[in-house]
Amino acid sequence: MAKVELKNVRKTYGNGAEAVKGVDMTIKHGEFIVYVGPSGCGKSTLLRMIAGLESVTEGDVLIDDTLINGVTPAERDVAMVFQNYALYPHMTVRGNMSYGLKNRGMNKKDIAGKVDEAAKMLRIFDFLDRQPHELSGGQRQRVAMGRAIVREPKVFLFDEPLSNLDAKLRVQMRIEIKRLQRRMDVTSIYVTHDQTEAMTLADRLAVINDGQIEQMGAPIELYNNPSTLFVASFIGSPQINLLPVHFDGHYLNTGNVQLNGFSNLPESTDLVLGIRPDDLRIDNNGALSLRVDLVEQHGADNLIYGEALGCGSSVENEPMEICLKAGQELIPDLETELSLAFDTNKAMIFERESGKRLV
Amino acid sequence: MKNINWSLVSTHVILIIGVIFMSLPVWVAFATSTHSAENIIRNGLQFWPGTDFLKTYNEVLFVEGGVMKAVLGTTMLKNSLILGLGFAIGKVIISMLAAYAIVYFRFRLANFLFWIIFMTLLLPLEVRIIPSFEVVASLGLLDTHTGLIVPLIASATGTFFFRQFFRSVPDELLEAAKLDGATPWGFFIDILVPLSKTMIAAILIIMFVVGWNQYLWPLIMTTKEENYTLVIGIKQIYQVLAEGGELPQYQKAFALTILATLPPVLVVLIFQNWFVKGLVESEK
Repeated sequence: MAKVELKNVRKTYGNGAEAVKGVDMTIKHGEFIVYVGPSGCGKSTLLRMIAGLESVTEGDVLIDDTLINGVTPAERDVAMVFQNYALYPHMTVRGNMSYGLKNRGMNKKDIAGKVDEAAKMLRIFDFLDRQPHELSGGQRQRVAMGRAIVREPKVFLFDEPLSNLDAKLRVQMRIEIKRLQRRMDVTSIYVTHDQTEAMTLADRLAVINDGQIEQMGAPIELYNNPSTLFVASFIGSPQINLLPVHFDGHYLNTGNVQLNGFSNLPESTDLVLGIRPDDLRIDNNGALSLRVDLVEQHGADNLIYGEALGCGSSVENEPMEICLKAGQELIPDLETELSLAFDTNKAMIFERESGKRLV
Repeated sequence: MKNINWSLVSTHVILIIGVIFMSLPVWVAFATSTHSAENIIRNGLQFWPGTDFLKTYNEVLFVEGGVMKAVLGTTMLKNSLILGLGFAIGKVIISMLAAYAIVYFRFRLANFLFWIIFMTLLLPLEVRIIPSFEVVASLGLLDTHTGLIVPLIASATGTFFFRQFFRSVPDELLEAAKLDGATPWGFFIDILVPLSKTMIAAILIIMFVVGWNQYLWPLIMTTKEENYTLVIGIKQIYQVLAEGGELPQYQKAFALTILATLPPVLVVLIFQNWFVKGLVESEK
């Protein structure tokens, strides 16, 4: 059993830069938690503080109710998989996987047994006597994971482990990581900037922005019910359509387009209307119209991009781009105008200034 | 052989001329060393090998020579080897440890200390030779191998090279090792040293040659002939020429010179293979 708790954790660097600005979090045993956010948001720093590679400026980090702020990385009983694998280049695969166990004074026979077992599980058994430079990227990643697994740690930490792999391998490894984690039932924390990885891997997802947790919850919850503009725009691919709007008491206005069906909104502030590309549908009576300028065929569905006619842009004289997700049959000619409608109960409205969700 | 590749031919001609130009003096020295002293006095330097090869080299290596007739060539060879190896190995160990401390440990004035070490590059041995001699003499280390090697063992160049190399080692390796429970000493021995293999080889080669060729320090450090190094021995033979009334033994001087160049050449050849192999393998 391994429970991880963060209590008001902060990180301030010597030059005064604040990387993490007070994070509270409780991670239950066996949970797969993903930290997602743009680069420089502090997600890796947070992970490294849990690993013990970065000191904690303020607040407490606990594993199984034991305060570990001052405990060395090796004694925390955590294992980490690094972005560039960080394999010891001069050791064989077996050497890499055994090193941590050797340092713990385990006897040779037990080490060999554990390494063999982990290698079979990861399908790298045939490569045990090779050196890292003789392996492909995916195999190296497996070795890095093997090195973590043999230690049987309380917590797995992953620092963007798939970002050096090509797209196909990334999907494959993603699935393997998830399966492995299920099977081993080890609490895991995974850092990524890739929202697809985040959505698919996480039991719970923490969207981190500017050193703070914007929102935390099940991936689908964050997708359907983002609590801030940042979360709405970060989660979801293709990105959510955002239109600058204001409310005049009856209608939502954007440029010279009026949208009805909204009420009880503040009239004086700038608002943003968010609609997911999959929530838009073609409807001849729709209030929005889109002039097609690009169609991306993804196979099962097509993404249709174009200018939202008449909608005011946040940048002056720049057309407002929107995107529609449609089935594979719909391939409109370029420059066609499509009328679009959406369900008002699926639309989200945010305050522009604070990013807070209103509806 | 219809198409003669003239650019290839001309390249090779240039290279061959270069090789001849560089190796001719060595060849002349070798050829001359195989003639008798009388022949050299009478006819000057010799281009073709003579008949005295075994005699000269046997005398140089196994018959006592020098001013006091008290030192064997083999003894000098041994002394030179001890100096060269002790100098090179000592420098590698000391400078690796110094660089490890500077790069991986946060302590006050680390950077300042590094630059102090670096600045000593500007001061050649000759500048401190009298104080160094004084220190070694009062420690009673004159005419010992320790006294010969230790004062020369610190190396700013080596420290600098290892520092640069350690800084290029990815931080993740250190972090991974920390998570794997490696102690600072363990990280150094298990990871840093094997990774530095090529660096170590390069510095060993350079430092061995530098140590082997040390002249001034062994000259003032050694008073007994049995402690002479080869380089000093060669000089002593010429001294005999200048001061003694005997027939100048040029062939012996040349033979000793040839012998003195052999070990550095061997070291370079042996380590070079390893060095190149390491370079090719490490990057993929």
